[in-house]
Amino acid sequence: MEAYTHSVYLDNDLCTGCTNCLKQCPTGAIRVRDGKAHINGKFCIDCGKCIKVCTHHAKLSTFDSLNIINDYEYTVALPAPALFGQFNNLEDVNIVLTALILMGFDAVYEVGSAAELVSEQTRSYVKAHPEQWPLISTACPTVVRLIRVLFPNLIEHLLPIKAPIELAAEIARRKAVEKTGLPPEKIGIIFISPCPSKVSYVRNPLGVDQSAVDGVVAIRDVYKQILPYMKQAENDPMELSDTGKIGIGWSISGGESGGLLSDSYLAADGITNVQKVLEDLEDQKFETLEFIELNACTGGCVGGVLNVENPYVAKTKIKRLRKYMTVAGNHLEDVPVENLFWTHEVEYEPVFRLGTNMLESFAMLNTVERLTAKFPGLDCGACGSPSCKALAEDIVRGDAEETDCIYIMKQQLNQMYHDMEANIKSKKS
Amino acid sequence: MNDRIVLTYHVSPEDFTRAGEASSDVKNKLKQMGVSPSAVRKVAIAMYEGEINMVIHANGGDITVEITPEKIVMILKDVGPGIADVEKAMQEGYSTAPDHVRSLGFGAGMGLPNMKNYTDDIQIDTKLGVGTTVTMTINL
Repeated sequence: MEAYTHSVYLDNDLCTGCTNCLKQCPTGAIRVRDGKAHINGKFCIDCGKCIKVCTHHAKLSTFDSLNIINDYEYTVALPAPALFGQFNNLEDVNIVLTALILMGFDAVYEVGSAAELVSEQTRSYVKAHPEQWPLISTACPTVVRLIRVLFPNLIEHLLPIKAPIELAAEIARRKAVEKTGLPPEKIGIIFISPCPSKVSYVRNPLGVDQSAVDGVVAIRDVYKQILPYMKQAENDPMELSDTGKIGIGWSISGGESGGLLSDSYLAADGITNVQKVLEDLEDQKFETLEFIELNACTGGCVGGVLNVENPYVAKTKIKRLRKYMTVAGNHLEDVPVENLFWTHEVEYEPVFRLGTNMLESFAMLNTVERLTAKFPGLDCGACGSPSCKALAEDIVRGDAEETDCIYIMKQQLNQMYHDMEANIKSKKS
Repeated sequence: MNDRIVLTYHVSPEDFTRAGEASSDVKNKLKQMGVSPSAVRKVAIAMYEGEINMVIHANGGDITVEITPEKIVMILKDVGPGIADVEKAMQEGYSTAPDHVRSLGFGAGMGLPNMKNYTDDIQIDTKLGVGTTVTMTINL
């Protein structure tokens, strides 16, 4: 497996070693060892769930500071459509876009605009490839990572079209080069992100060799600074937006599917629901569907952990905002796009395999079964592993011991006590 | 007993929501074992079909799964009504599922045919009024 830099990390001082994140991690990537949570980078899919559930705010996400604007001669902001769901009484997307310019960006390009192109391309791809039905959306990098490590049989169903963020970055850079005449590397393409998953995507892209995005800033950081500029922009906003209903709708669950103009789809959101759908898909439960839209966050991208607004409130705001918009403002025939398709295939990474080969893995699995039967089945997490079964796997991998289970330890202590007592009695008599 | 892993599951009657739990568990274990994705897929489909069959027709039953590095054997045992005509039941589209089951989207008559198509060997031992034991083997 290639080196993979994650964007979720731990603040050791704040972590109390409790079991909140441990129990809720969807891939069982977290262990508590020596009183602190550790993330196993091999298993982590950057869903951000641990950030959401940590009551001590010890789980954090890396992203760039807004100062990144100063690192380039010319910067283009790529706002995710979720950004527009953060504000009260926003009636015109142009106010936000104009405020971004007032904040210091030289230009803006809406990710929603690229999303409309992706929707158009997806429509024709889905129609042309019934052998791949149901096609699974690949816009959420966490979903693609989950499939890559756990659902090898579903890889062939992945929609091989670049995510809107990637296409937006390519188009924005080309436009900037045309306008300024600057060499491409002097131009900074900065994505305004709702989630840490996109931060990881830029470092370790899926479907392309290298991402065209230069930096990722958090929606919540932009939110803090943009409000006064929005006041200023309100009076005379520039006409910068060309996104329609479809583009802005990508921020909420069902939005991407809506762009397909077909009813033959299923849209699931929230990482647990996504996993269930993938399990069912693997058992071939919905062969008749054409498209499956999956978002790791509840509600879709508006549920990302770097947002400010409650996802459901944001969803309502997005729906209100798009009510009077045109269906789509962007069409493939108008935008010269070099290549909308993936240039790199996504390959199965069997990170959950126990051993290095099947015989070894089989023997290890056998031991796991035996150990699991020995444990109390409480899944209490006190040992530092998320479940009794996970502890058994950790022991087999050499990362834990049986006595890490407090139940087993108590048994052993009781035994010792009885042995000692018997010993003393026999000496007395 | 170190040469094989034996797993047992109980399939409860008339509970479609829980059908699939056993196949899901076996699937995850096979992935941990590093079994090829195509074999995992075959096991998942065959076993899920079998589970659903037991829920629809046989008031549930018990599943025993034996895994060795060479093959996986799934034994699905029920004390249901038995299959009157096995040859007919193996035909695609033939179904005796009741209407309320069909209205849930099941009972299309593809259960046994799919189980046959996705396994390397299938043995059906059935007796009317006594029950059915289906033994499916997939080579790894």
